[in-house]
Amino acid sequence: MPRLVSHPDEVKIVSRRFGMGATSIDRYLELGGYEPVKKCLAQGPEWIIEEIKASGLRGRGGAGFSTGMKWSFVPKQSAKPKYILVNGDESEPGTCKDHLIFLHDPHAVIEGTIIAGLAVGAKMGFIYLRGEYRYLLEIMERAVADAYERGFLGSKIFGSEAEFQIVTQTGAGAYEVGEESALMESLEGKRGIPRIKPPFPAVVGLYGGPTVINNAETIATVPHIIAMGAAAYAALGTPRNGGTRLFCISGHVERPGVYELPLGYNLKKMIYEVAGGIPDGHKLKAVVPGGSSTPVLLPEEIDIGMDFDQVGKAGSMLGSGGVVVIDDHTCMVEFALRIISFYAHESCGWCIPCREGTDWLKKSLTRFHAGFGSLSDIDNIQYLAENMLGRTFCPLGDAAAMPTIAFVKKFRKEFEDHLNGKPCPYAREGVPQLTVV
Amino acid sequence: MSPKSKKEKSKSAPVFSAELAARFDALVEKYPVKRSALIPMLLYAQDEAGYLSDAVVAEVARRIGITELEVRDVASYYSMLRFKPAGRYNIQVCTNISCMLRGAYEVSERFQEELGIGPQGVTPDGLFSLEEVECIGACCWAPAVQVNYDFHDEIRPDHVLGILSGYRGKIRPAEKDPAKEPAKGTPPHA
Amino acid sequence: MPEVTFTVDGKKLRAPAGTLLIDACRKAGIEIPAFCYYPGLSLQAACRMCVVRQEKVPKLQTACTTTVAEGQVFITESPEIAQARKATIQLLLGNHPLDCPVCDAGGECELQDMTFKYGAGESLYAEAKHHRDEQQWSPAVFYDRPRCILCYRCVRMCGEGMDVWALGVSGRGADSLIVPNQPNQLDCEQCGMCIDVCPVGALTSGSYRYKTRPWEMTHVSTVCTHCADGCTVTLGVRQTSDGSEIVRADNRDKNGINGDFLCAKGRFGFDFVESPDRLRQPLVRSNGRLEPASWEHAIRLAASKLKEIRDTRGGAAIGVIGSNRTTNEENYLLQKFARTVLHTNNIDHERSTDYAALARALAGQSGKTASLRDIASACAILLIGGNPTDEHPLLAWLLRTNVRLNRARLYIANAKPIKLTRQAKDALKIKSGDYNDLPASLDAGRSAFAKAIRAEGSLLVIFGEEMRGEAVEKLVAWGVKRGNVRFACLGDHSNSRGAADMGLLPDLLPGYVPVAAPGAFSEYPNLPATPGKSLPQMIEAAGKGELGALLVVGADPVATRKLDPTLFNSTFLVVQDLFLTETAALADVVFPAASLYEKSGTVTNTFGDLQLLRKGADRAGVKPDFEILVRLAGGIIDDIKTLVPFGQRGVTGDLGQSRGAQAGEADRHAIWLEANGLEPKLSPFDPLAILDEIERLVPGYPLDRINLFAGNDVHTKLSSPGYVPVAELAGSGLIAPAHDTLFTSGRLGRWSEALKQLAQHQAKELVETAAD
Ligand SMILES: Cc1cc2nc3c(=O)[nH]c(=O)nc-3n(C[C@H](O)[C@H](O)[C@H](O)COP(=O)(O)O)c2cc1C
Ligand code: SF4
Ligand code: SF4
Ligand code: SF4
Ligand code: SF4
Ligand code: FES
Ligand code: FES
Repeated sequence: MPRLVSHPDEVKIVSRRFGMGATSIDRYLELGGYEPVKKCLAQGPEWIIEEIKASGLRGRGGAGFSTGMKWSFVPKQSAKPKYILVNGDESEPGTCKDHLIFLHDPHAVIEGTIIAGLAVGAKMGFIYLRGEYRYLLEIMERAVADAYERGFLGSKIFGSEAEFQIVTQTGAGAYEVGEESALMESLEGKRGIPRIKPPFPAVVGLYGGPTVINNAETIATVPHIIAMGAAAYAALGTPRNGGTRLFCISGHVERPGVYELPLGYNLKKMIYEVAGGIPDGHKLKAVVPGGSSTPVLLPEEIDIGMDFDQVGKAGSMLGSGGVVVIDDHTCMVEFALRIISFYAHESCGWCIPCREGTDWLKKSLTRFHAGFGSLSDIDNIQYLAENMLGRTFCPLGDAAAMPTIAFVKKFRKEFEDHLNGKPCPYAREGVPQLTVV
Repeated sequence: MSPKSKKEKSKSAPVFSAELAARFDALVEKYPVKRSALIPMLLYAQDEAGYLSDAVVAEVARRIGITELEVRDVASYYSMLRFKPAGRYNIQVCTNISCMLRGAYEVSERFQEELGIGPQGVTPDGLFSLEEVECIGACCWAPAVQVNYDFHDEIRPDHVLGILSGYRGKIRPAEKDPAKEPAKGTPPHA
Repeated sequence: MPEVTFTVDGKKLRAPAGTLLIDACRKAGIEIPAFCYYPGLSLQAACRMCVVRQEKVPKLQTACTTTVAEGQVFITESPEIAQARKATIQLLLGNHPLDCPVCDAGGECELQDMTFKYGAGESLYAEAKHHRDEQQWSPAVFYDRPRCILCYRCVRMCGEGMDVWALGVSGRGADSLIVPNQPNQLDCEQCGMCIDVCPVGALTSGSYRYKTRPWEMTHVSTVCTHCADGCTVTLGVRQTSDGSEIVRADNRDKNGINGDFLCAKGRFGFDFVESPDRLRQPLVRSNGRLEPASWEHAIRLAASKLKEIRDTRGGAAIGVIGSNRTTNEENYLLQKFARTVLHTNNIDHERSTDYAALARALAGQSGKTASLRDIASACAILLIGGNPTDEHPLLAWLLRTNVRLNRARLYIANAKPIKLTRQAKDALKIKSGDYNDLPASLDAGRSAFAKAIRAEGSLLVIFGEEMRGEAVEKLVAWGVKRGNVRFACLGDHSNSRGAADMGLLPDLLPGYVPVAAPGAFSEYPNLPATPGKSLPQMIEAAGKGELGALLVVGADPVATRKLDPTLFNSTFLVVQDLFLTETAALADVVFPAASLYEKSGTVTNTFGDLQLLRKGADRAGVKPDFEILVRLAGGIIDDIKTLVPFGQRGVTGDLGQSRGAQAGEADRHAIWLEANGLEPKLSPFDPLAILDEIERLVPGYPLDRINLFAGNDVHTKLSSPGYVPVAELAGSGLIAPAHDTLFTSGRLGRWSEALKQLAQHQAKELVETAAD
């Protein structure tokens, strides 16, 4: 069982029921569950959408798009059925928050999905979990079955006239399938290749019907917003960044873990106070603030509030909430290589710049890190990454390029230290150097 | 192998167990479109058969009503699906950033030493296979390891022996020879 | 869609709203590079070569997916865009083997062109490239992964275009590759369309690979010699010591009625031309054996013998069998030769469908025949019988394309399930194979099928050989009554239609004019007034010893009708053919003939579209049938001009007024040629010398020469002056269709090693294709 952590600065909203046995439907009901959805049934779709808009909730999957806005794009009338798609593909390195939601509070996901369905007029929702999350899928399946049994799902939910069905789905190992249109492809039994946009999912999505796709945390937050009221939720965060979110603090910290903190919480504080600082007397070297796709920040850049706008201003992104802390005993070339080899492995291969670019960068960095690089390689790596940026079919290419550019720019000296056949200055005793093939 | 002989084979011995067949029948009912059952079905079939043999591919294709080519195209995309057998216990060591920072490669190294295989190897008895994998969504409990679908959090090299003996202990004496039949031929698109 | 105005590179353009920017630009002459975009196939946005800048949009946009709207402003060439394209090519070249000097696509490679244009030649790349061995998927298709740029054109062409779906994409990321539907093997139609659309040398053709380089060939655009659809095919011809040889056939220019299409036969089945079994010398029987002889001797012998039999036993003792694969000019000449030189109406050919019945049934109507181009655009099509996928691959392609891109409604009435049913809006099973009642059931039937047909506005009706004689008449009557109908009928070979149109029929003169019609072809000297013997009747006569001589041009009745080899023991048999066929083996004189790829002239496809052949290869020793016939005639009659009107260039330009139509025609032709900048080469052996006569005498053959000589197809009009009721035609019982598959071509396919290999590959490897 993943260890649960806590800190006095936490404001537990989504994580409120973690560790409280809420996988049991009775326990969930005791803890106030399925009241929000009843309220939504009474209030109707417009009200729900207005509430979510007013809450300032922004997508927790990475892009941070306003959830209320997204829902409002779904056409009222549609010849084809509409769908809700919950993105539980959670594969961004550094991110493990949806893991805990599925583990501790599966009914919150179900309830949020029903509410989203009521808001946009969908009668069916899919909850897609990455294939590795089999034990979580089983928890979700149990919870869905329980909800059906109670009449919370089915053709007349909560005794109303409304219908809502939920289907759980497993992936089979593919980061790219977290991208919304690739996710729809995967759910339709295909290779996870993204679709051409427009049309956007809100208009033409799953099985050709209008589709709302949201991250699992986004969805699990929705019932809480309904319960506590949009204004109260919004007030927790900073302007335009409503509420709290789950921050996954990992890497070189004393107390790694998933902490729920208000948006805008200071990053430096997060590392040194909430997560207990850097162990072994080492010093901070760099922070990846929002999952592997986000450009790295230097120690002098981390005195910022963790919300979408402030991190953006600092030249990076809040992303998926995965804060990866790196100490000064780490080789940044190796770190960059590990990230790029991830993207090379996960590139779907559809478009040239990403398919070839990630492969090339991986090979170049492998050689470079092994001590066979030249000065011009450093420029070439930057050139390549810059030429991928903004040119790929989906954001994965950018996700590979952006951090690479940041590593080269911010740690150029460290790259140069690898030149002329010098061994990696950070090589660890007994550990062969990372060579990715 | 010609498609004809494949079909004959599927007649003589069912490719899917009764349970798996029933699971499939229930699964296809859930979706607006039958093909949506493809990926789960491949994974469940692989859980049962160990890998996606030609016979499994043909059977899934037949049941979904698509071509074997389509099944292979899809299956080859997903990293958890494989066309070659793995060990009965497939040890997946996450070596992505959060885990790497906390010693994942040391853990992998230790597994390699104990099992006497490389980072993507299978033990000769077919009991264990090792893989270095991408992030498995357990970054705050790093280094993380998955054995088949079981998560093992915060693994240090000195946990390795314990993990291995735990799985060795799971084998009932009746099935002391866990070795699966070796793969027949290589998959066509490997 | 309403037209919108938008700006590209400062130019104001107009196009219907929603047009793809790349198409709108191409139309306006602004070329945007593209690897993955292919007109008519689904959009991919994968190669990122077509990036352009759109005003007020932060990122570069792909022109292949951007649709135009009012007021948009685009830039398609700028340093920023050039850099983006250059980088994309650099990335591609990172893993590309750069084996251009030995690559089949070298010189015809879009990647090469782009590399040149964007100057991405210098290599930044110091890493090892992915290596993979080349794979042979079938006798026709080879795949070289390192050269593949993953544009997915092949996958889409095979799936969307061919409806075969034999290619897929496997793996992901840089390990992605194209895979065939069987383990390293292709079970498919072997059309080679995937090779054709491949922008690089990743897919190569089994028949062409490593043979030569594009710039070492001359490219000759002509018409395919196999089925009756008449695809334009480009022959790659290379000089040899004794003429020239065809090294490849493809669809290089894509400007024929076939558009993008070519089937396995058109693409790979040209090799019969180069077969070592080709006859290269006349043969004359002496002491019971066929021995090589000089042209002069063979001609003299055959001519004098024919003359002798004509003069002693009369023209009725001579028979002539023509070909489905000779040109219109040759067919016309052959029947004129039979009728005016040999004085006989005993002329026929192997019929594969009842063109005559359609012509007679349409007598007095006009504008009722459909061209192949109509198939590509018709809103509603009724296909009765036939199996176009196998027998008319181009027709099948056009039907599929029309359904896919224009949502045409295809209705199929067939006794068997055929693959095209997948594209059909509705299909009707013809019970017990009896098509005769179909018109009645469409008129009165209460089936959804009949109702849908009745509800259609205009309708294009295509029928196969299953409908013959009176059934055709009934069908036409039904169609004419319902109105707004056009017809097409499906025959077998490249000029089957031309054989019938040109009167290789015992009872009908060219243009289906009855032999007995008063005043028909009155300028023909010695034209016998009664119908002659049909092909079976000639054979019967030979068996009875009543046929003194038989001239067989490009036909093999001994093989097709399984005749007893002693049958012609008392018949003087003359054969013109490419090969020593079973019939030729029995002959007294055999002339080695040129193939359709070795001559010029015109052919008419089964839809009545006339097209120009251009001479591709040249082979020492053989002669076109036209020349052989003229030479034969030269040995029988004195004034060859009564058979072939020809003249010398520029001698007389009187357009025929002073010397009668016949005399002037060749001159007129010469003047016309000159006026249109073409080279008049007039001799009695120039087949085009007889074109004017065809135009003048054959109903339905008014020739739009500008178009014809520009290489375009010209629709002829199937019309026949209405004298004889269909019931009295000799035809319908004589029809013996070949029922070709994708890899057979009547009696000709046997001589193509490529087609034989493909047939073997498909037979051994593989289960039947999906629907048939
Ligand atoms: C390559 C890639 C991977 C992604 N992976 C995930 C993921 O694992 N989980 C997720 O919720 N969103 C992921 N996203 C973002 C989704 O595309 C989508 O924006 C998100 O699910 C929308 O939900 P939200 O608005 O609630 O954030 C990914 C995006 C990209 C481009
Ligand atoms: S950027 Fe291109 S290759 Fe990369 S994952 Fe997206 S679509 Fe696939
Ligand atoms: S040869 Fe034709 S049918 Fe075969 S794979 Fe290529 S496109 Fe498809
Ligand atoms: S084989 Fe040719 S057509 Fe097919 S994807 Fe590769 S480059 Fe494109
Ligand atoms: S469709 Fe007919 S005409 Fe066209 S290439 Fe094939 S055989 Fe030749
Ligand atoms: S990085 Fe190892 S589990 Fe996420
Ligand atoms: S042509 Fe537009 S992306 Fe390939």
